Amino acid sequence: MAGLTLAFGPARATRKRGRGFLRRLTGNTSGWVTCALLVVLFVAGFGASWIVPYNPSAQDLVVALHTPSLSPANGHVHLLGTDKLGRDVLSRVLVGLRVSLSVAFAVVPLSAAVGVAMGVLSGYMGGHADLALMRVVDAQMAIPALLLMIAVIAALGPGLVQIVGVLAIAGWPIYARVIWSEVIGLRQREFVAAATAVGVPNRRIMIRHVAPNVLPTVIVLATLQLPIVIVSEAALSFLGLGIQPPTPSLGQMLAEAQDVIWQAWWLPVIPGAMISIVVLVFNLLGDRVRDILDPRLRGIAYTQPRLGR
Amino acid sequence: MTAYLLRRLSYSLIAFWGVLTIVFTLLHLTGDPAALLAGDLATPDILQQIRHSYGLDQPLPVQYVQFLGQIVRGNFGYSYRQSLPVLELIGGHIGPTIELAVSALVVTVLIGVPLGVIAGANRGSPVDTTAMLASLFGLSIPSFWLGLMLIIVFGVLLGWLPVSGYGGLNHLIMPAVVLGGFEAAQLSRLTRTGLLEVLAQDYVRTARAKGLAQRLVLIKHALRNAALPVLTIVGLGFGRMLGGAVVVETIFAWPGMGRLGVQAVLARDFPVVLGTVVIGAAIFLVVNFLVDMSYGWIDPRLRTGASDS
Repeated sequence: MAGLTLAFGPARATRKRGRGFLRRLTGNTSGWVTCALLVVLFVAGFGASWIVPYNPSAQDLVVALHTPSLSPANGHVHLLGTDKLGRDVLSRVLVGLRVSLSVAFAVVPLSAAVGVAMGVLSGYMGGHADLALMRVVDAQMAIPALLLMIAVIAALGPGLVQIVGVLAIAGWPIYARVIWSEVIGLRQREFVAAATAVGVPNRRIMIRHVAPNVLPTVIVLATLQLPIVIVSEAALSFLGLGIQPPTPSLGQMLAEAQDVIWQAWWLPVIPGAMISIVVLVFNLLGDRVRDILDPRLRGIAYTQPRLGR
Repeated sequence: MTAYLLRRLSYSLIAFWGVLTIVFTLLHLTGDPAALLAGDLATPDILQQIRHSYGLDQPLPVQYVQFLGQIVRGNFGYSYRQSLPVLELIGGHIGPTIELAVSALVVTVLIGVPLGVIAGANRGSPVDTTAMLASLFGLSIPSFWLGLMLIIVFGVLLGWLPVSGYGGLNHLIMPAVVLGGFEAAQLSRLTRTGLLEVLAQDYVRTARAKGLAQRLVLIKHALRNAALPVLTIVGLGFGRMLGGAVVVETIFAWPGMGRLGVQAVLARDFPVVLGTVVIGAAIFLVVNFLVDMSYGWIDPRLRTGASDS
């Protein structure tokens, strides 16, 4: 019945649901902690330009490979130390965090939009196009995604736009497949039959009646995709085909740390810990959102391509 | 059973055709394939020659059919950097990849299944919480960071294991743990969920009601019925690992298909990139097909054609 309410009285019902959703999200301890951590990450990432002590690309070779400490070196305090060019690690990690979050929040809506459009369209319309689309999904899920992504980026040249584009393309099939199977079920429901009977055009049925009903699933899938995108971007940057210097990114910092792991433990530890924390928080959020909105999706995360492996 | 087998086989073949189509499209979308194939040293003369010898001066549909024909005949062309047939080059790297994938599979199953069963059988207990927290960490730590950390601890600080390269069993331990650890984390969560679902079934209640010991309920009734999704995920993961673990092989300088692919991308050796992507996808599809077939063996309902998925 929830579907009926949502389909026929969208505005008010959605607003009420939205408020209840936030309350349930922060309803228990782990949910509350997750949301608090999320806020901290966002403030740290997007407030980075005000928080960061130094220019993340400013080099100071005098203090190269300085250990994390509270006491000033060459007139500056480097709380998390410096790298081999004397750049401040704290500043670089915060800007890197912003890059990770920005990429993730650019990629996920794109993947979701393409995947949902494909899933709704082919699930609702059916026919040959439907069959073909699902085989394309099969095919794309079989391809070693990371290898193909770096190949495409190598051909196009690395850049933010290319990275976002490639990650968005890698992400859409899971939406298409899951939404498709939901739409197949929705197509049989009374409210769709009723809308068809009173002569509502197909396009309008899909947008006004079918799409709102798959929204909870889309939100769950999108939340679960966030950590995957963050790890993928870091993996691309780690392999040297992601975000290019001078813009710092967490994966790139890890790659640079590889030749100094013998002397400077903090260089590989700090950016890696940052990635892990971000991914952990988004994984917690994903679990929570899924349990609230659509517990049936429990198995879905496991069929995603292992992009960062 | 035969009908089921044939349908699955046809899906796999269509998906493989889809893979080839996607790869062909990307090859032509991302720029001039002749320039990609020729590399950095191309003069207009050489480009013209390549265009002619690869048939790139032909209309696109003709090229597409020729491309499919070449792949079906197993002709992947020559590597530009190593002047070897691509297939021979891949053949030389597939051994280490299989070795790594099988070891990682052992790690996955040996850690993932027991962890999930123990957590599921003791739902809500501290054991469950600890196990699920551990798996959440396993999911969130990116493999390239876990790899670096293990190298620092066991390779650099303790000096117990070699930090990279191919050799005996001790070379295999760290890559297998990193690669299998992530899969184990996913598998334990899925095993737990599957087990909880089965434990809520009527026949489990009946088994308990007639006084069957908890251990026997688990082994005789619950595990076998929870096995199907577990097998699916193990199969998916194994299929992807067999296609080459790009990141893990790169970190540990493991001479498998994933590293071959990355090095080919970085060296702009596109015939090799194409080969590794296509062969990786083919292996994935074959493994998935075999997993699908084993369903019939585990779940007799599928064999008789009573169920349709």
